[in-house]
Amino acid sequence: MTSDDQPAVPGARPAPGPAADEGLARRLRALACTAPLHDLDARKANLAGEYSTYAMAEIALAAIDLVTLSMDFDAGADHEQIVARLLPRIAAQAPGRAPAEHERVARWVLDNLINVGSVDRGFRAVYGTFGPDGAYVRRDYDFKLIEEVPGPGGGVYLRTTDEAVNVLVGALDTDVTSAQIAAEVKLEVLISRGRLADAQLAAEQARYRTVQYAETLRRTLETTRRNVRAVDWLHAVPDMISEALDHIADRYRHENAILTHIRRARDEATGAGPKLRAAELVDIVKDCIRRHTQLQTRLLEAGPLFRAEQDRQAFQPPAARAGTDLYGQLLAPLLPAPLERATRVTDAFFARGTGPRPPGAVRLADLAELLLTPPAPREHLGAELPEPDLIATPDDSRFSEEQLAAALDLLRLPQDAPRRLSGLLAEARRTDPDLPYLVALLAVHAASPAVGTAYRQGESRLLFAVDDGTPLEDPEFGGADLIVGTALLDAAGMAAARAEPAP
Amino acid sequence: MSDPGHETASETRGAPTPADAADAARLVSFGLQPRLLPARDAEYGALLRRYQEEPAFARLADAVATGLGLVVLEVSARAGMAVAAAEDSVFAVRMGEYARRAAADPADRFLHGLAHLAVAALAFPRPEDLADDGYLGRITVNGVESFVREACRRLAERAAEQGENTDPAADAPGLEAAWRVYARRSATGATKDARRLAGSTTGIVGKAVAFLADSGFLQRTGDEAGGAYRTTPRYQLQVRDLAAGAAMAELLDLGIVPVADGSASLLPPDDGALGLAEGAGLPFYG
Repeated sequence: MTSDDQPAVPGARPAPGPAADEGLARRLRALACTAPLHDLDARKANLAGEYSTYAMAEIALAAIDLVTLSMDFDAGADHEQIVARLLPRIAAQAPGRAPAEHERVARWVLDNLINVGSVDRGFRAVYGTFGPDGAYVRRDYDFKLIEEVPGPGGGVYLRTTDEAVNVLVGALDTDVTSAQIAAEVKLEVLISRGRLADAQLAAEQARYRTVQYAETLRRTLETTRRNVRAVDWLHAVPDMISEALDHIADRYRHENAILTHIRRARDEATGAGPKLRAAELVDIVKDCIRRHTQLQTRLLEAGPLFRAEQDRQAFQPPAARAGTDLYGQLLAPLLPAPLERATRVTDAFFARGTGPRPPGAVRLADLAELLLTPPAPREHLGAELPEPDLIATPDDSRFSEEQLAAALDLLRLPQDAPRRLSGLLAEARRTDPDLPYLVALLAVHAASPAVGTAYRQGESRLLFAVDDGTPLEDPEFGGADLIVGTALLDAAGMAAARAEPAP
Repeated sequence: MSDPGHETASETRGAPTPADAADAARLVSFGLQPRLLPARDAEYGALLRRYQEEPAFARLADAVATGLGLVVLEVSARAGMAVAAAEDSVFAVRMGEYARRAAADPADRFLHGLAHLAVAALAFPRPEDLADDGYLGRITVNGVESFVREACRRLAERAAEQGENTDPAADAPGLEAAWRVYARRSATGATKDARRLAGSTTGIVGKAVAFLADSGFLQRTGDEAGGAYRTTPRYQLQVRDLAAGAAMAELLDLGIVPVADGSASLLPPDDGALGLAEGAGLPFYG
């Protein structure tokens, strides 16, 4: 697609040409990838509640970081784990708010990065370009930042897309391998000059690149596992594997050298700041090495996997008849076709490829019978319950019913004649040596009479006790010689007051 | 088969009696229960043998099937009475009934159809597999999903290599390349009730596979990778004799000529069908 392809509009070219426009389109797409992050801060005002203290774009970038770093070979990042790891940062932004709100913010940001509301769970940006004939065309650019992928156990995991990693690292449209080498050279230079802060940044970038590189290789290996013939095992894949192994050996040497350097820098550094940064750097480089080792294991497994798959697939007896090559002749030509045309083919396949299905038919007679049939009596009501074997527990009450009746009888005082507790105790002691204890207990309870209960139950009398400061003179009890009396309650008035607020 | 009920037709060889017609219709009704195996049902097995041994009875059963709007694919012990719905038959499944969203959304309509095609393509990856009566294909839901996704990804790479801008024009969604619709749809997604997200590609493939299993075309063999299945002889017959041909005719009608070199493989040849059809919006050869 060069500029001399378009003789259609001579002299009236409104744009520098498709080649220049392509660069513009690439930058427009890169710009579009950042839009969802800006959008978060713009839309936080629409959330129910006061969320302006949260820096949503910052949380989103942190989330992309976390997902990228916890992406492994088999699975991606766990949704809940990412939320949990985001919480400290969110809590730091608004320490006074409730933890539930922090979690809500984390989930909101993560859901918006996935774009849960849309059917594709992705984003779309519209931009315009000039075609080769000078016509202005508006185009849709679809992209995702975090995508949900199926995990080995049937769970859903998160992975960052290439777009997200590129936005995050800031190196758009670059070759994975060369970018990694560049990052590592930069790291070495920075460390040798003692600039640890920048070195940490570069080391982190190197790690993102490592993850991205592993991801590229993982996809290739997965295709191999699914179908031997979908991959060129004669040249392309062995070359790729040996290149990758060389690459790992190279990086491994490199990173071990870096590790030695940083360790020395860490030990020689004075002051807590540089020491801490150097220690972090050691962790990052160790993580890089771990990822490389993991990648190497996968690469070594690839050969035996291919041979096993080949045994399974290639050594089958050839069939007598030739059939249709469903992939090569149907599926592969179909996918690049425009949607409208492709749908005609898939419709035809669907119509003829589904088995006969008897249509559901309802007979009115059946329906009426079904509706009128009484529910079948249940034959099984469950296992028979065993007769409970009850054991009479011994009556271990402190006082008997008779004693309680006697005590209450004693305390049924006329309302105009309250008595001293000492007199009541002495009278009780004459009938039963145990009774004074019960009387004293009831009197002490009466010191805080249950007025509310009496009011609700509409009782007409209430026992009360008052301490007027007189000490109790008694051989068994001490304390105040309470005045015990009976108050009359206005039962009718209370009933009226209770009824009042009801209607 | 020692029951005396059949002796009238086999001995007299005269005009078919109402009892013969009832037996023939019974055989067709067995054929409409695709999950029923002749080996498991004595009456089904007996009627099958009668079909194979008595040409008159076979013609009668064929006629009953044709009258009902069914096409007889094969009558054998392994597949049973394999019948398929003729076009416009009451037994045919319509896309709108199959998936409600597919009626309204052209992208969903395509994805549901594509899922069925992809399941068949992975169940019978080589032409020989489709032709070999003894072949049993094995698929998993996640396998089908990631296979198509990989194919789409390679198309995206190829388009990027050629420097093409495949982003579709905003006002003409029907002209968008089909692979982009699939690539754009997310593979899976978390839902509140821990079920598959119905609109995701895994959900769409899962629906197709469950539907095929319900039609007696697939048998579930395990739960790994989203559900593992093996094919049944009926599925092979249906794809080989009807579906592949119908889709191919439609493809040829569109002017997309698939390159067939007989010994085709899943590896897309460099100068093959993919290369020919590249350039989504351009007029095709022929």
